[in-house]
Amino acid sequence: MIGVISYGAGNTGSVLKAANHVGMSARRVETAGELEAAEKIILPGQGHFGAMMQLLAARNLIGPLRAALDAGKPFLGICLGLQVLYDRSDEAPGIDGLRILPGSVRKLEGAYKIPHVGWSPLEIRRETAILDHIAGGSYVYYCHSYCGSVTAETCAVTRYGVEFPAVVETGNIHAVQFHPEKSGRVGLRIFENFMRM
Amino acid sequence: MLAKRIIPCLDCKDGRVVKGVQFVDLRDAGNPAELAEAYDREGADELVVLDISASREGRSTWMDTVYRVARNLFIPLTVGGGVKSADDARRLLEVGADKVAVNTAAVENPGLLEELAARFGRQAIVIAIDARRTVGLDADPRWTVLTYGGSRETGLDALEWARQAESSGAGEILLTSMDADGTQDGFDCELTCKVSQAVRIPVIASGGAGKPEDFARVFLRGAADAALAASIFHFRQHTIRSLKSYLKSQGVPVRIDAAG
Repeated sequence: MIGVISYGAGNTGSVLKAANHVGMSARRVETAGELEAAEKIILPGQGHFGAMMQLLAARNLIGPLRAALDAGKPFLGICLGLQVLYDRSDEAPGIDGLRILPGSVRKLEGAYKIPHVGWSPLEIRRETAILDHIAGGSYVYYCHSYCGSVTAETCAVTRYGVEFPAVVETGNIHAVQFHPEKSGRVGLRIFENFMRM
Repeated sequence: MLAKRIIPCLDCKDGRVVKGVQFVDLRDAGNPAELAEAYDREGADELVVLDISASREGRSTWMDTVYRVARNLFIPLTVGGGVKSADDARRLLEVGADKVAVNTAAVENPGLLEELAARFGRQAIVIAIDARRTVGLDADPRWTVLTYGGSRETGLDALEWARQAESSGAGEILLTSMDADGTQDGFDCELTCKVSQAVRIPVIASGGAGKPEDFARVFLRGAADAALAASIFHFRQHTIRSLKSYLKSQGVPVRIDAAG
């Protein structure tokens, strides 16, 4: 069973729909017990960094999530689900992230319209399993105002005023800043690649 | 880089897609869920479905239509038509909409946009503005806002309303020129450009699409972030794929799927 973490905000329904469309048996998980039972974990995200960390904490999901990541269970973070992998975010000073990736999440800046909403191309920096059969230059759908820092774990970037991580990977942990559930065939391919892990 | 979006629009009545010329004479152009999937396959960047029956009795039919459209669609879906309250919006988001478009109710209920943005986030709220060209006292063109499907003149200035809607919480503007709508004579680029420059949120140009050149013009001269059309896609005058190839040749950034 693939567990899609539902923490009371975000578009869990759309993510479940896309995951099941490609043939996963994905289910909504809301408790520590359900999370422990999942073989793979998807953390969708929409909204505020601080709110997400607090909602995860309120449901006692942070400990079990860390344990699952340490145990090597495949993990896919989406949008805010990528951002919370970092140490911290300018969006919520004083609130720790999951501290899996070094550095902080910062606000997008530049002369462009914020939030960054719409389709932008991926620039692939290094191969990674979640990007199997996805060509550099493929367009994916974004909707965000904050972005992570480019680190050694960054596999693909997108430019929008600044260059930011589009896809990150460290071992069993994968995350994308865009919305694969809204990115047409390219997005469904991300779910298929995750299913095969 | 951000691609300019091409958005087919499905005007629906009683669960079927229809398209009126200037919102009158309706013609049946098919099953909404099938048409939605076809447009997704063809490279649509987003889809808008509007309930133009606007009757309260047909609401469960409408929810079912939205659910069926959303079920196999993996691009963003905006739903509008008769949205009057946060509860209306919630129901649409629950059955699969990503964004909800509000028009008349936002004009008549000044607190609605704030409430929607607070509950669902700005990214989920689209303000639909139907604008008609008039001549101002200084003989320059100006545009006023119409409500109730274009049948009621509010006297509101379209540019001011766009700014106000942005500051109230709208995340995007769906801007329809009521003069151009149904004519296939091209978008109102002057209106689109003025509104686009007045706000910092994306503007979707609507009304008047007839040929590929109209799209190039509204992106290059009208400063539109996206362009919406119905008839020219429904009746296969142009496919989204051929339109995008043309736009790419004109230097407009568009999403063309490698697998496409």
